[in-house]
Amino acid sequence: MQSFTMNESFPMNAWYAAAWDVELKNDLLPRTICNKPLVLYRKKDGTPVVLEDACWHRLLPLSKGSLSGDTVVCGYHGLEYKSDGRCSYMPSQETINPSACVRSYPVIQKYRFIWVWMGNPALADEKLIPNMHWNDDPEWAGDGQMIKVHCNYRLVVDNLMDLTHETFVHSESIGDRNVAEAPFDVHYDEKTATVTRWMKGIQPPPFWKGQLNKVFKHNGDVDRWQIIKFEAPCTVNIDVGVAIAGTGAPEGNRSQGVNGYVLNTITPSTNQTCLYFWAFSRNYNLKDQSNTTELKNGVARIFAQDEEILEAQQKAINANPNREFYNLNIDAGAMWARRITDRIVAEENK
Amino acid sequence: MRYRNTWENAVVGKMEKVAENVMEIQLIPEHGTAVFTVGSHIDISVLINDVPEVRSYSLVGQYEPNSPYTIAVKRLSESRGGSAYMWSLKEGSRLQISQPSNHFELSFNSSDYLLIAGGIGITPILGMAEQLIAKGNKNVRMLYLGSADYEMPYISRLQKMLGKQITLNFSNVNGSYNVSKVIDLCNEKTQIYLCGPIRLMNAVRKTWEEGPFENSNLRFETFGASGLFAPQDFLLKIPRFDLQIEVKKNKTMLQALEEAHVEVMYDCKKGECGLCQVDVLEYSGDIDHRDFFFSESEKGENNKLCACVSRVANGHIVIDTAYRRK
Repeated sequence: MQSFTMNESFPMNAWYAAAWDVELKNDLLPRTICNKPLVLYRKKDGTPVVLEDACWHRLLPLSKGSLSGDTVVCGYHGLEYKSDGRCSYMPSQETINPSACVRSYPVIQKYRFIWVWMGNPALADEKLIPNMHWNDDPEWAGDGQMIKVHCNYRLVVDNLMDLTHETFVHSESIGDRNVAEAPFDVHYDEKTATVTRWMKGIQPPPFWKGQLNKVFKHNGDVDRWQIIKFEAPCTVNIDVGVAIAGTGAPEGNRSQGVNGYVLNTITPSTNQTCLYFWAFSRNYNLKDQSNTTELKNGVARIFAQDEEILEAQQKAINANPNREFYNLNIDAGAMWARRITDRIVAEENK
Repeated sequence: MRYRNTWENAVVGKMEKVAENVMEIQLIPEHGTAVFTVGSHIDISVLINDVPEVRSYSLVGQYEPNSPYTIAVKRLSESRGGSAYMWSLKEGSRLQISQPSNHFELSFNSSDYLLIAGGIGITPILGMAEQLIAKGNKNVRMLYLGSADYEMPYISRLQKMLGKQITLNFSNVNGSYNVSKVIDLCNEKTQIYLCGPIRLMNAVRKTWEEGPFENSNLRFETFGASGLFAPQDFLLKIPRFDLQIEVKKNKTMLQALEEAHVEVMYDCKKGECGLCQVDVLEYSGDIDHRDFFFSESEKGENNKLCACVSRVANGHIVIDTAYRRK
């Protein structure tokens, strides 16, 4: 019986965010994804490339070498590889060994991220990239970061699927008793799980009070929402916001409110590290660049608190190898997310 | 990419003759089929005169969960013994196989593909065609060349899938296909995947190298199994060791040297790496260069050969190895 707590598995047939678009230049960038060392770069025309980061010959990471135009030159014996992974030069011989290549991975730039497909390349379909359009949409403004977290990616998904923790981890900004006490609904389908929590007629926490005031000059009660949507295996987009209490937000009229999306996609790097890409996008005050910076810095501070908790949790899991988590009512969203991912992994390995 | 083989037991499932001299064999691995990409092969431990040797066979078609591996083996009269062994198997026979690995990976990053198969070389190409067609947005054409339709497996399956995009050539009816036409079928985006006998591979490679397109857009695979001449026995002399060996037609020069305790460095044993090259001092008849390491001009000079695959036809050869006593 597979341990629930120690289950670190992930599907291979999925798009994983490998980098922010701005990270990728005509320069070699090493990244480990799904336990596989990769080297990323952009061709001169801007097209992103992802190759296996091990020379076909003696396995030196190609990221230790150099780029010559669009061609990767191994830093050991100078074998050269085209952007499709085919070897195009071998020293001291007139021919090239026909099997000489490094694996090249399907890659797409979308929603300001570089997405790589680690599994069967025949199944790589752009339509399967999780919808994160808020990160690249003129109706929305925002920015984000990538942090390398020393824990399994599932622990981050757990964290995002249950925002009760805001009350205790982020009490000075977004967390208050209302989050911990409001009821919530959980729904799921084959690929997604959604946790919906409405907190009606409450005093907003400091962060949301400040945001609402940028648009509405309102100091009274609000209706607050958190709609957390997980898309397997590792994307969690959270629809958050507040509206002036009683103006119809729960029924669908959000015109008297402010709305943000916390966009998260957590790429498994090794079994116990992940690349956590996040962004915060808002639909108000769109032209205010300082608001973007302020929000990015604010969320970064909040996520640094999560990072500390998650890394400590991973250490505690490792230190208690025979222990299993207890699960509570609040974990329903996280439990569905794990079950959906487990099914996809099992399907892939059957 | 090269992976260490992990061997496991497998049982032979259905065996079916899918063309004259071509046996399709299903192999059911003890621990279940591993996921593989098209173009993959498995290694099989075959017994030749009761001595285990390793042969590589391409997997036919695409991976399907819980389905056995499928290979197709052509019975070759001039075989080194591998095909005869495979044909001697029966449903339920047990043997040792490796995990699949792929030295002939299909990239999906182009929009235009030309698949070229010669005879039994269809085995890795079939799954490629299936996947490219399934993608829907690729221009895929295939040349399937052989000596006669009844010796070429999977023709109707391919015709159904590819319709007008497949060109068949039967040399007993149409004469041999003029390979120089290949260039006219291609543009700068075309990727060619080629598998077949050495004469076809050499002709396509030559045409391609002389043509206007990127060298690396031609991809091919060989298991070093074919040559320009049928294998024959020949006399091998190594004056440095005062030795004279008869290389039997079902043995490689490398095997004969090893059995005579003449040391030669080697690695791939399929004519790709060049490590087993020996110096040719003298020869008669023809040297049948079966490797893909030496260039055509190097082969023309006949100063060296790859002992793992190359042979001599209608003559003898005198060689030297790398051993130099100070």
